Amino acid sequence: MIELVNVTKTYRMGEVEIGALRGVNLTVYDGEMVAVMGASGSGKSTLMNILGCLDVPTSGRYSLDGVSIGRLSDSRLAAIRNRKIGFVFQSYNLLPRLTAELNVELPLLYARKGGSARLAREALGRVGLADRTGHRPTEMSGGQQQRVAIARALVNEPSILLADEPTGNLDSRSSLEIIELLKELNQQSGITIIIVTHEEDIAGFAERRILMRDGEIVNDERVGTE
Amino acid sequence: MSPQRTLLSALQSVGSNKLRSLLTLLGIVIGVAAVISLMSIGRGVQESVTSFIQELGTNTLFISPSGGSLTLDDAYALVDPVLAPSVDKVAPEINSFGDVTTIDDFGARSLSVGITGVTPEYQDVRDYRVANGSFISIPHVSAASDVAVLGSQAAVDLFLGRNPVGQTITINGRKMTVVGVLESRGGGAFGFEDNSVLIPITTAYRRIGADRSVEGTVTVDTISVLVGDVDNMERAEGEVSRILRLRHRITDEDDFEVRNQQQALEAFQDTTQAFVLFLGSIAGISLIVGGIGIMNIMLVSVTERTREIGIRKAVGARRWDILSQFVLEAVLLSLGGGIIGVLLGMLVAQGMNVTLLAQEEIRTVVSTDITALALGVSMLIGLVFGIYPAMRAAALHPIEALRYE
Repeated sequence: MIELVNVTKTYRMGEVEIGALRGVNLTVYDGEMVAVMGASGSGKSTLMNILGCLDVPTSGRYSLDGVSIGRLSDSRLAAIRNRKIGFVFQSYNLLPRLTAELNVELPLLYARKGGSARLAREALGRVGLADRTGHRPTEMSGGQQQRVAIARALVNEPSILLADEPTGNLDSRSSLEIIELLKELNQQSGITIIIVTHEEDIAGFAERRILMRDGEIVNDERVGTE
Repeated sequence: MSPQRTLLSALQSVGSNKLRSLLTLLGIVIGVAAVISLMSIGRGVQESVTSFIQELGTNTLFISPSGGSLTLDDAYALVDPVLAPSVDKVAPEINSFGDVTTIDDFGARSLSVGITGVTPEYQDVRDYRVANGSFISIPHVSAASDVAVLGSQAAVDLFLGRNPVGQTITINGRKMTVVGVLESRGGGAFGFEDNSVLIPITTAYRRIGADRSVEGTVTVDTISVLVGDVDNMERAEGEVSRILRLRHRITDEDDFEVRNQQQALEAFQDTTQAFVLFLGSIAGISLIVGGIGIMNIMLVSVTERTREIGIRKAVGARRWDILSQFVLEAVLLSLGGGIIGVLLGMLVAQGMNVTLLAQEEIRTVVSTDITALALGVSMLIGLVFGIYPAMRAAALHPIEALRYE
């Protein structure tokens, strides 16, 4: 479970302080699929960074599965990112020199888990790329690369998957495939998914929509998809 | 990440940019090759001179006059099991130069060589072997016989390959019979020993030499003393000095000098060691230059791979993971350069043996300690010059690193 209580994030640019988040309160329960929307500069990227433990709040409280993130050391944050969080980025962010399998294996290597190669192949199988394990990112389509990225996000069995504009670089058909894959994962494995998106039809797959403006949550509604 | 996987990943990364990696380690290659080849020359010189000194025998004392004179009786007085138990054998000698000539069917040949007057003990003390005939004997010495033993080269020069034993030679106008020929000492840095002629010490003094003492005693130039056990060198030196001081009735300054071959060898080794290290440290400067090259390229690599670092951090790499990965890459580069440099240095050292040093007695020596040192230093350079770029990589903030284009 994710719990944000009155979280703020302030960036200092020279003399000027910029409030990227101004008192965000948010609770996301396990197994939810949430879409975060908002104009650029509304603070949704900052929110994702804090949820993903890539950054820590300036003030307020963030607890993830009961663990308070606020004052953890760099290496503790890295361990939490490794075990509890999977990232999917707009630009895939795969390592170009590594094969699909090695890219997916990476989080397991940092977790020092045994049998990592087998787990990586299994994860690729779950996203429908069992026959692409030896391919490098440059040898795959955008949709396929994003699937590899999803496999990498899933491989260490995290509790949350954070997707930042996961379909932003894809054509509409691939976009649909990716969002359907995410939806399927959410329903089958019960993994919490938070998607940042601009696109209404992508957000339509989520059962809960959050709208951000000027560093605050201005609307938070549940949409019955059933 | 486990050490094996980190190593694998670093190898992959170094291998993925072959030309750049190769150019980067070139600095180390040249540095290490220079260290190996320069020091191999130094070691070669050292070994060649050391072996020459050792041929003279490290368990030998050399006594020479210093203000006074030494006599044949002094030499015999040193053979004393009570006063000088450490002394094994004593060999006095008289050194001079002379013209040696032979006349036969092919004409007359003349040689200007060192003439050494010796006793039979000289053979053992100086470790000579007789190839043909016999050495100077006790009867030869007591009778001051006109006999000579030729060094191997002198025998060839005078008799052109025929057997000299039984033939007659003329030394400074006096006819002598050749009784033996020595085996070649060869190998040594200075081949003059093969070129000498040995005669009985009494003959040298009474028949050839110019000056005689009034008392009729035989004065000698050097007394060589063979010490039975090399551990007893200092004791033997004390015994010899005591006997000579008694005989010469000396209370203050000695009128003779006792030199120890071991000391000479050690002094020489200290000098050449400094010389070898000097050569090595000049070459070592190029290793530092190579290290700066590695640091430079690692800094470029960290900047280029900022995004990769961000991705690795996002999926759970800790500072230590990133740090060790980049340090390992730098160490692999420098160690790779070191290994190639060692091979190249060995090749250069071998090459010098057949070109530059082909006519010399010196052979380059690539010793394992220098090789290990060069490899160790090149690894250390990778570590030292790799750590700063790696720290910069490890300190990158994941969000900024991910945003980097």
